[in-house]
Amino acid sequence: MSEAREFKYIGQSTIRPDGFDKVTGRANYGADLSLPGMIWGKILRSPHAHAIIKRLDTSRAEAFPGVLAVATHSDFPSVTDQAIESGEGSLTLLDLARNVLAKDKVLYHGHAIVAIAAKTSAIAEQALALIDIEYEVLKPVMDVREAMAAGAPILHPDMFTQGLAEKPTTASNVATRLEYKMGDIEAGFKDADVVVEREFYTPTAHQGYIEPHACTVRFEKDGQSMIWCSTQGHFDVRASTAKLLAMDLGKLKVIASEIGGGFGGKTTVYLEPVALILSRKSGRPVKMIMDRDEVFKATGPGSATRSWVKIGARKDGTITAMQGRLAYEAGAFKGSPVMMGCMTAFTPYAVSNMYIEGFDVVVNKAKVAAYRAPGAPQAEFAVEMLVNELAVKLDRDPIDLRLQNAAQEGTQTIYGPKFKRVGLVECLEAARDSKHYQQALAANQGRGVAAGFWFNVGGQSSVHINMNPDGTGTIVEGSPDIGGSRASMQMMAAEAMGIEPGRLKPIIGDTENVAFSAGTGGSRTTFATGMAVIEAAEDVVAQMKQRAASMWNVTAEQVEWVDGVALNTAGEDRLSLAEICAGADRTGGQISGRGNINARGAGPSFAVHLCDVEVDKDTGKVDVVRYTAVQDAGKAIHPKYVEGQYQGGAVQGIGWALNEEYIYSADGLLENAGFLDYRIPVASDLPMIDAIIVEVPNNFHPYGVRGVGESGIIPPLAAVGYAVENAIGVPVTDLPLSPPRVFNLIQGKG
Amino acid sequence: MAKLHITTSINGEATEFLCEPHETLLDVLRNDLQMTGTKEGCGSGDCGACSVTVDGRLTCACLVLGVEAAGREIGTIEGIGSSDKLSVIQEKFLEHAALQCGICTPGLVVSTQALLEQNPNPTEAEARYFLAGNLCRCTGYDKIIRAVLDAAATMRGAA
Repeated sequence: MSEAREFKYIGQSTIRPDGFDKVTGRANYGADLSLPGMIWGKILRSPHAHAIIKRLDTSRAEAFPGVLAVATHSDFPSVTDQAIESGEGSLTLLDLARNVLAKDKVLYHGHAIVAIAAKTSAIAEQALALIDIEYEVLKPVMDVREAMAAGAPILHPDMFTQGLAEKPTTASNVATRLEYKMGDIEAGFKDADVVVEREFYTPTAHQGYIEPHACTVRFEKDGQSMIWCSTQGHFDVRASTAKLLAMDLGKLKVIASEIGGGFGGKTTVYLEPVALILSRKSGRPVKMIMDRDEVFKATGPGSATRSWVKIGARKDGTITAMQGRLAYEAGAFKGSPVMMGCMTAFTPYAVSNMYIEGFDVVVNKAKVAAYRAPGAPQAEFAVEMLVNELAVKLDRDPIDLRLQNAAQEGTQTIYGPKFKRVGLVECLEAARDSKHYQQALAANQGRGVAAGFWFNVGGQSSVHINMNPDGTGTIVEGSPDIGGSRASMQMMAAEAMGIEPGRLKPIIGDTENVAFSAGTGGSRTTFATGMAVIEAAEDVVAQMKQRAASMWNVTAEQVEWVDGVALNTAGEDRLSLAEICAGADRTGGQISGRGNINARGAGPSFAVHLCDVEVDKDTGKVDVVRYTAVQDAGKAIHPKYVEGQYQGGAVQGIGWALNEEYIYSADGLLENAGFLDYRIPVASDLPMIDAIIVEVPNNFHPYGVRGVGESGIIPPLAAVGYAVENAIGVPVTDLPLSPPRVFNLIQGKG
Repeated sequence: MAKLHITTSINGEATEFLCEPHETLLDVLRNDLQMTGTKEGCGSGDCGACSVTVDGRLTCACLVLGVEAAGREIGTIEGIGSSDKLSVIQEKFLEHAALQCGICTPGLVVSTQALLEQNPNPTEAEARYFLAGNLCRCTGYDKIIRAVLDAAATMRGAA
């Protein structure tokens, strides 16, 4: 695309087409659908972190008046250990089945064991208490260090470490060891004048979406079963549930409700297959809604991690070597995002010698799920903290040092490709030139700078645009709208067709009325589904030109399309889109355009954040007093929603850096499974978040788009972390920087 | 257990319902009256998604029993704006893109209305502290606070 391209609608901040429903409470989310004859499902969850189920007897619960169905793991048809595609995470079918309803062993506090459906949720709750169950309690393993230590209790006696030079003969909690390398790491450190290294820890943190998981389902033996649920990917829900229950895809319709936040956490299934079993057994529609404590205990948090990083540089600031070792908690089943951690950790830097190894480690916590740029924030936290330390040791400005070593077009990445055009340098320059960076710090304040890299993904998206006889149209897409993406789809289609955005209504089709589309994740929707929308809109335009040509008795090539109007280059004729639609019955029937694609060429989006904090040295409380988020959008389709992604990512990262962590008892029980004690940022914790949109176009998208959803959560961990280090003058290694931890650091008891 | 017959007023409309003694006002609104605009995020009064007013006072519907609605005036999101005209607060939330997923939005609109009734000219800090009970995980609050302050200014100008 040409960078000088002028747009008519792209780049404006329109009112989102679903806005009215969202501000009036009319929008229907996961818990908002009720069906005639519907009953309620509830789940019995493990009170232990690690235990063998010695005996399970549900007969008293089944006999309780009002109970209509009971489900356990034995209700699944036999499942095999095959890998399944599940959004951004990875899980085998067997592990998914065991996570959804435990088999023989419970592996974390809150692990689902039995589900009951009853006439009311109160009856279902009462019946849960009548389930007779005996446990043999085992010692839990709550941290990668414990889990990797010799003699550690083993979660899965049949799990052997993959990726070792020699095939292991004993079971281990390490599912996988992997490595990436480039150049000669030892030579790189020999070439260095200054070396910094440190170990870091990041805690288990939850995505914290405000809407709990919820679904309403109806099993139909002969016809179409139906799932209505809150999900980032309804086609993934269909695939996982159909496989777990041995159903044909064509027999299961999944409707994506409006979704009340996901951040990666709604890319897998928890309730849906269980509810469908209960519906099958009871013959009734079943609704299930998680309580908030179930969301915290049993749905995917992000991985807690321990990492060690070492960086070497010459006196002139050239970084010569970067080395790391990352251990990520997967939770109860293998599949942490440690590979993504390894691939992203050093990628903002053009450095010849790199070596990183990663370990995917199971522990007695809920299976982790994708969390916004899965795996990247933890790894890049460690690296960015050290780059700031390196800047101090070299007496260099931290942005200037990053500019000297920044990845750019042509830079070889550790994971394979060379970068095409990327915008890290532009983001660093924008941060350096910002008003924020020029402002002086007051007493007890500190400043942190950090960069962030995320790949972004493309993948399959399917769209059709159905035109109406009056010239309005419906854009049917398959990507749940989690943050306003309908507005972007509407604007991109309007731009391609040359008509007012308001003439087009974007909707999210269910799994039957649009072809397969990958879920909303990986910052893919505005990029990939947007490309499919543009393709469908261009298909509509091509058909419009043909119809006009047939009316004028000319060829389609003789018709030009300008601002939604067909012009006959061989004469004076003109027909508007609305006129062509109105006459479609006479030119071959109604017009619909199609764009089914597998998008490639997702452009990475780099981010650079600046954070100023003020530390109360008497209490250890940290306040963010000034914050700036700079990020490359390629092209911002809807600038306000792009800013919103930057601001929201920044604040989620600030929460992770300052307050959020799972707190466990010595027995491995989660002690803060609620919003009161797992404290996400509230309005009074924060200043305004300045958002700076940098636009370095992605040449693989017709309008230059790069996904913007995820990179913004990467830099805050180190931007906040280093700001605190800068304010208190003590090295920071562990998150979150909650008041007790900061107080202890100040007191020298770190 | 026998259900109780409750007579109340919701958004100015006389309303009767039957409920179990343990049911919360939130359960009654959502499950018995099919008024699903009021959302549930936590059930423990920590997130504000179920913000309603009871006799004009801002309250979490999950912390009130259905039977306690008897004889009271309940205000919910369904009572704000009409199908052809949004309230100024709702318009400003849309104009400022002060929502992403939108699950917290009904509660925030109800809370903002309560704020501006009490304090038509809040400072940024006053708005942030008043709305601290309404969690939003998507926006980082920046655009919400801008929408609230803009709504306040517009409503003062219009008054």
